[in-house]
Amino acid sequence: MKFFGLLSVIIVGFLLLSATKDFPNWGDEDSPANSGPVSSFYIEKTEEKTKVPNMVTAVLADYRGYDTMFETVVIFIAGIGIIAVLRTYGNNESIPKNQVGDEGAGLLARMTCSLILPFIQLFALYVVAHGHHSPGGGFQGGVMLGASYILLALAYGLARAKSCFSEKRTLVFAALGIFIYVGWGVLCLVMGSEFLNYSALDSILPGGVEMARSHSMLAVEIGVALTVTAIMFSMFSNLSTKGRLDKGL
Amino acid sequence: MIWQFDIIILIFLVVTAVIALRVKDLLGASMVFGIYSFLICLLWAEMGAVDVAFTEAAVGAGVSTVIMIATVFSTTRRSKD
Repeated sequence: MKFFGLLSVIIVGFLLLSATKDFPNWGDEDSPANSGPVSSFYIEKTEEKTKVPNMVTAVLADYRGYDTMFETVVIFIAGIGIIAVLRTYGNNESIPKNQVGDEGAGLLARMTCSLILPFIQLFALYVVAHGHHSPGGGFQGGVMLGASYILLALAYGLARAKSCFSEKRTLVFAALGIFIYVGWGVLCLVMGSEFLNYSALDSILPGGVEMARSHSMLAVEIGVALTVTAIMFSMFSNLSTKGRLDKGL
Repeated sequence: MIWQFDIIILIFLVVTAVIALRVKDLLGASMVFGIYSFLICLLWAEMGAVDVAFTEAAVGAGVSTVIMIATVFSTTRRSKD
């Protein structure tokens, strides 16, 4: 059986490698992705129309807003699925003895974490807030913010992290993130334009149509970041305690 | 884009992928997966896709490694095959 597995891997690998020579060269100007009308429109007009220098964020949060919205919903569903599968209530199952207790890590690790945690969180907030001017955005900043709570749980025990970010608060934040994103789209609808067409919001946001789109990107990135933060922490706390949320790693 | 750098990273990528498949200790395998993610993050940063590299560093090398290690700790550490 292993021989056939190896054989199929070799054949498929050979086919894939022989197909790569038909790909356009890296950075080729005449490749279909670069010569089409869509990408040249994004490259030339993004900064002029949205005042956002990072066109990756502009494409993700503005031009393809639906895509990012449902990506966020996918993350939400993944987190809800993990909770639905793993979360157990009550103490029917005995807690294994070999698990590390709630006291967390040693003194040195605790001190290091308490020194480094504020900077991680501040940098995560910077990545969210500055995502349309520099690399980053809601997903990356949200993951880093979630990772800071995971670090808190690893160093000080899950109970300490849960006192900051309880299970109820996790679920509320996860839903609130999607509510912000979808609500922003509905706000565009109320202002008399299409769903997620941010240029309709120039009458309530300062700075004209372009800045309205830029500010709206920030708003939806904050929504994405809230959902991702909450779901990352909820995934970790459920997976590390087999859904009991009492004693973690 | 420096091609010597690329070759080194690609060789390390293949080596870490094979190690992650072959190693019996699942904790070690998840840590090697973290190294794999970090190497591919370097490759993307070098190609100019900084946003993708950032996501890979945060999600792939950071949180997913932690989540995999948490899962290993609450299941089993030895691979069956």
